[in-house]
Amino acid sequence: MQISGAQMVIEAFIAEGVDTVFGYPGGAIMNVYDEIYKQDGFKHILNRHEQASVHAAEGYAKASGKVGVAMITSGPGFTNAVTGLADAYMDSVPMVVVSGQVPMSLIGTDGFQEIDAIGISRPCTKHNYLVTDAADLPRILKEAFYIARSGRPGPVHVDIPKDVTAQIAEFNYDMDVNLETYKPHVKGNPRQIKKAMEAIAKAKRPLFYLGGGVINSGASKEVRELIQKTGIPAVETLMARGVLSYDDELLVGMLGMHGSYSSNMAMSETDLVIGLGARFDDRVTGKLSEFAKNADVIHVDIDPASISKLVNADYPIVGDLKNVVTDMLKQTDKIESENYESWRETINNFAELHPLTFHEDSERIKPQWVIKRVGELLGDSANISTDVGQHQMWAAQFYPFSRPNQWITSGGLGTMGFGFPAAIGVKAAAPEKTSINFTGDGSILMNVQELMTAVEKKIPVINIILNNNFLGMVRQWQTLFYDKRHSETDLSVQPDFVKLSEAFGGIGYRVKTKEEFDAALKDAVEKNVVAFIEVIVERFENVMPMVPSGGSLFNMMLLEKKETK
Amino acid sequence: MTESSERRVVSVIVVNEASVLSRITNLFSGRGYNITSLTVAPIPDSKYSRLTIVTAGSVRVIEQITKQLHKLIPVLRVYEHTDMVEKEMALVKFPVTENLTDIDSLCHAYNGKIVDSSENVIIAMVADEPHRVDNFLSVIKRYNPKEIVRSGAVALER
Repeated sequence: MQISGAQMVIEAFIAEGVDTVFGYPGGAIMNVYDEIYKQDGFKHILNRHEQASVHAAEGYAKASGKVGVAMITSGPGFTNAVTGLADAYMDSVPMVVVSGQVPMSLIGTDGFQEIDAIGISRPCTKHNYLVTDAADLPRILKEAFYIARSGRPGPVHVDIPKDVTAQIAEFNYDMDVNLETYKPHVKGNPRQIKKAMEAIAKAKRPLFYLGGGVINSGASKEVRELIQKTGIPAVETLMARGVLSYDDELLVGMLGMHGSYSSNMAMSETDLVIGLGARFDDRVTGKLSEFAKNADVIHVDIDPASISKLVNADYPIVGDLKNVVTDMLKQTDKIESENYESWRETINNFAELHPLTFHEDSERIKPQWVIKRVGELLGDSANISTDVGQHQMWAAQFYPFSRPNQWITSGGLGTMGFGFPAAIGVKAAAPEKTSINFTGDGSILMNVQELMTAVEKKIPVINIILNNNFLGMVRQWQTLFYDKRHSETDLSVQPDFVKLSEAFGGIGYRVKTKEEFDAALKDAVEKNVVAFIEVIVERFENVMPMVPSGGSLFNMMLLEKKETK
Repeated sequence: MTESSERRVVSVIVVNEASVLSRITNLFSGRGYNITSLTVAPIPDSKYSRLTIVTAGSVRVIEQITKQLHKLIPVLRVYEHTDMVEKEMALVKFPVTENLTDIDSLCHAYNGKIVDSSENVIIAMVADEPHRVDNFLSVIKRYNPKEIVRSGAVALER
């Protein structure tokens, strides 16, 4: 059929099964918005800033496992969206972002709201396109969705000049994607898998090291089974929270800069790292030369460029995790769980020596308590998003995650302002779950305008603001490494968060006691409208344990032992 | 950490489409890798182009470069050459008052000749291995070259 470029965008979205688009209109994308007005194949959520649209699409993608979709206009609309693209690229989030561009005849003339969008998005997307002819649009959109979700997922940016959205051309979406130059490895090399399984059978202190790739691949079930079957303990990265349930006996915990003592010690003592979909990020490894020093490394990843990038892999396996782990499951007969009994005991002893905990205070609420309490009250029934900083680390440490896609956070890029819009996307993807955003008094102000989006579209996200009147994580570093010179991190001057939420039509609570908190959370869940719960917490609490930047993983600063009477 | 940095030649086969060259060069600049020379031309009767990139780096860096290049969607193949035939061309402009016989003989020794002459200048061309071109260019300094242009290396695996 002969339709306009703008109609093609709509038709392609519907054909791809898109049910929600996050976006913000503007001059160059108006033709497409005109078609959005006319259609009812998907709903459009109007965020109040383009960055929020992209984060919302990320949240949607992370909670649903589907491709997130955002739409923005040219120039400032696009540049506002760049942070979201970069965030999605770092965390391998499948996403298609469509932006308007000035008409072809104006490109290169410094036209109104013109910017070289694909030049800017090139280093922060998996791939991008400038569409110069509507006849190419069906193929490009089909490729964009395919590239976004296949292999190592990532954001794909499609920039469409305004005259191309008006141009009429033939639309046929019923085609196969055939990219001769892009064929992701799915199946792992059987010989390598066999060798890896033999190495596991020989190892005395093997350790699973699980990354976000397990969730992206949808392989949590298989990974849980493999761990159960082999009896080998596992540590998770920040991005892998929820792969194993919090109560799984073989889950040691999260490793890395703010990982638990037992996880970091296990990684330092292991003789075989079994890396599944993890990328040996510097926040995980600490000092590279000391990382898992005496261990061989099995590394399974869909991205060959991640293998031996930082840590040399003795057993590299390129492939989709779900596929590879399914193959591994067939070769576990030589692996005896009993052989690792003393290793598991060693790890348990680490955990007993320095458990992951915090000291309660009778005067003030401790931020960690809030996380734990929400876990006790909501547990599996909530999806958890966060912003970036201390609250994020406490949430990762103390929330009882029980399933994959429950935990939505900005890991690689560390984007403050991610949490609230992401939680909106999460709620849109999973309306049956309570959508909680743990945030700080710094982060929440970075996308606070999303109150309007949530109110308008009746998306009841509950934002729990752990208010310590500080840019907490930076303050922690200043306390520890800059001789307590708290440069520009004191956030004592603040808005009234309750009134702020109310001004937009949301609800707000300011709580100082545990009882008040319980009541506020209960009330917010029942009222089912967007809420701010501001919790006044201990100002100078530090996230512990902590591996100082560049230090060895086993050299942790630990929670000070409380004096016992 | 101090791994030895060596000269490497990498060939990349890419789909011949808009902005593909900037995808490649962005990858180098974004990671702080240097390009010594880069040549690109379409492969006859195909939709592909071939790039020859001369760069420097340790084994680990080159492995990363190769993998990252491969990760780009329009990249079909990446060859890191070890056993190859490698050639580079240079054009040099000399004043016509210099000793043209000497220059002509030198050019011959480096697979070249005088290819153009005008009232005031002659242009000489050589085509040889890059290190031999280096050599040629240092030898001809005494003939007061006015302008020198090198093509960058092209290579084929044996």
